[in-house]
Amino acid sequence: MADEVELTIDGQTIRVEAGITILAAAEQAGIKIPVICYFGHTTANGLCRMCVVETKGARGLQPACVTAVKQGAEIQTHSPDVVRARRTILEMLAATVDLSEAPEIQSMLEEYGAKPERFAGGERRQPPMLDDNPVYIRDYAKCVLCWRCVQVCADDAQYAYAINFSGRGFKSSIATFFDKPMPETTCVFCGQCVGVCPTGALKAKREFLIEQGVSLVDVFYETRMRGAGKRSTGGPRLDKGG
Amino acid sequence: MDQSEQHELGFLDPILAEHAAGGRSGLVPVLLRAQSQTGYLTPPMVEAIGRALRVPLSEIHGVIEFYTMLYNQPAGRQVVRVCTSPICDQAGGHAALRAACRHFGTEPGEVTPDGEWMVEESPCLGLCDHAPAALVGETPVGGIDPPSPARWIREPEPIGLGLVGGMARPLSGRCGIIDPADLAGFEAHGGFGGLRRALESLTPAQVIAEIKTAGLSGRGGAAFPTGTKWEMTAGAPGDTRYVVCNADESEPGTFKDRILLEGDPFFVLEGMAIAGYAIGARKGFIYIRGEYPRAQRIVAQAIKVAVENGRLGEGILGMDFAFDIEIRSGAGAYICGEETALFEAIEGKRGFPRLKPPYPTTHGLFGKPTTINNVETLCAAAWIVTFGAEAYRSVGTPDSPGSKLFCLSGDVNRPGVYEVPYGTPLGDLLAMAGGVNGELQAVLLGGAAGAFAGPDHLDLPMSFEGLRAANLPLGSGVVMAINQKRDMRRTLLSLAHFFAHESCGKCYPCQLGTQRQLEVLERVVSGQGRADDLQILQDVGFTMTNASLCGLGMTAGTAVLSAIERWPELLQNGR
Repeated sequence: MADEVELTIDGQTIRVEAGITILAAAEQAGIKIPVICYFGHTTANGLCRMCVVETKGARGLQPACVTAVKQGAEIQTHSPDVVRARRTILEMLAATVDLSEAPEIQSMLEEYGAKPERFAGGERRQPPMLDDNPVYIRDYAKCVLCWRCVQVCADDAQYAYAINFSGRGFKSSIATFFDKPMPETTCVFCGQCVGVCPTGALKAKREFLIEQGVSLVDVFYETRMRGAGKRSTGGPRLDKGG
Repeated sequence: MDQSEQHELGFLDPILAEHAAGGRSGLVPVLLRAQSQTGYLTPPMVEAIGRALRVPLSEIHGVIEFYTMLYNQPAGRQVVRVCTSPICDQAGGHAALRAACRHFGTEPGEVTPDGEWMVEESPCLGLCDHAPAALVGETPVGGIDPPSPARWIREPEPIGLGLVGGMARPLSGRCGIIDPADLAGFEAHGGFGGLRRALESLTPAQVIAEIKTAGLSGRGGAAFPTGTKWEMTAGAPGDTRYVVCNADESEPGTFKDRILLEGDPFFVLEGMAIAGYAIGARKGFIYIRGEYPRAQRIVAQAIKVAVENGRLGEGILGMDFAFDIEIRSGAGAYICGEETALFEAIEGKRGFPRLKPPYPTTHGLFGKPTTINNVETLCAAAWIVTFGAEAYRSVGTPDSPGSKLFCLSGDVNRPGVYEVPYGTPLGDLLAMAGGVNGELQAVLLGGAAGAFAGPDHLDLPMSFEGLRAANLPLGSGVVMAINQKRDMRRTLLSLAHFFAHESCGKCYPCQLGTQRQLEVLERVVSGQGRADDLQILQDVGFTMTNASLCGLGMTAGTAVLSAIERWPELLQNGR
């Protein structure tokens, strides 16, 4: 068939639909490639590079989530070079971000024998937690910059554009317009960002309070009856910024 | 900002009126112009800009945060940017920075109490031939006396064009000879001869064939064959195509494009118009880095004169060809020299590089087929169309035809731009620049993203094939000499600083790796090295090189890896 290609992944020859990604092809072959930023319902940007694979004859390593399959390609998903890159990325990430509520990444650290302590003493990203609205908290010390929240807030889902980036490089973070509190932004409190966050950096306020041992009555009060909650009922206002 | 100040946003109206029709693409120009009135951008200003250009406010905030020359906190009305690139650093850049801060009694980035002044560290101002250098407001100053900043800050004396030397100089021959604003002088020295020949006697396909026959390849660092790029763009489906000139020259040690822009501005415009004719574009953008305000002024004036005299605009040279060129200013981001990040910047976004494929030839600026070329490449293209491919191939080597502008800096006696045929030995270049000041330890080739040659490489032919055989990059033509008195570890630290500052943060290997590389080198230089530092640097370098998303990350570790390979003992603990 013209719209199929044949390729080899880890020695296994498979035929797949042309145009699909290496990640999808590997999945069809029953081969698991690790991902952090990739999420099936948001635009893939190839950020985390955990899904890199080695293609015979190609320069460097290729991100499987955004690289299309090619006829005749010979791909290794766990070659020594691939493993070295993944392990180093995991180590650097764990030395930067609080991954205590990211069980999937934790198991990757284990699987790849990552030793984040090699980077001990390096700068960590640990801004204070932001608790500025009754719906969710933002603990960016746990943020791995997967971009999912920014994308669902924008063109991937909600078109609210409440959040974007600040800083750049290692000092990048997610921020509102001039770091304003969420109720003063265009946030519509849809909760989609919380839903797609893979590391607990964004968390429902109620879940957060329950974890803190707050009684259910108080949780209800904090998230639904306090003045702060009413502020958001008027909805965000453009002239307030955000 | 209080209510009364909010009513004072009237100054924005003419700026917004001029750019509103262009929508988001006008964002960075509007932010720069608005900021030039107030020193920094306030929420009410940004809200008014967002309303006029139809851009979400959080995204504008993200843009301001991305570019170092845009400020959302109070900044001095006059900014003194002191260059601390590896080249200026070894000439006293950090001493000059400290002295400038002492002069005002401030820290870097801190505004004087009267709101007038702010001293900042700048990663590379492209004034390496005048090191140590600074930008005082919009005035480039060089050869500054680090301990006595009062003179160069209070009465800044602008530097001249800089030294241009070499052998026969087909590309740089007019620099320093003609008045850059004088169209007649340009044409008396052969200018616009290529555009005239193309419009009068060549089809677009013939122009492309001429470039291909000449064997011109890109001069910005990637060395992609120019004719092939033009051919692919010309053949891409769609009615609208663009020519973009990449004048975001930001690679530390590179200043050749500044010389071409300031010394011979019509030349690059001619090259852009020829490219437009060849690929079927009627609009071009020239993206000039924000640290080159003088080059921007000179090119803007040249565009104006060219339009007034029928060399740009409608009916160029009396023929049925129209081509317009718009200048865009960078705003402080090395990454915008990456072609797709540059497109994002012109589109009014953070300068994040895009995933490739698709490539610019089919999906470039505004998603349209685009040819993007370096300044020197476009000048060379104009020369080729003027004098023919055979003349171009008469110098250089069969695999690297033509002549090339090299940027000699660091420990040479006469730093400057030297134009020589490809294949000229490295030692000859150094000799041309007055020889090495002191005993040669190393030569950094290719810039921050480059690698080190040694005293054993003086016979190395400076051609693509010659350097490839030695596993060294030609890059954008950086030749930075380092004498024996320099501590190479400090040079590496300076390079690591540069990449940590300039990483965009998009992909993990570079976002995290540039920081980790810097931290390891910091402790090595301060004598706190650990046993496994070498292994860590190699793992980080490997990961950045092989797994990063764009060319910045892919080259952010090459100089360090090259140093480890060349001097394995250099970074060992206890040295």
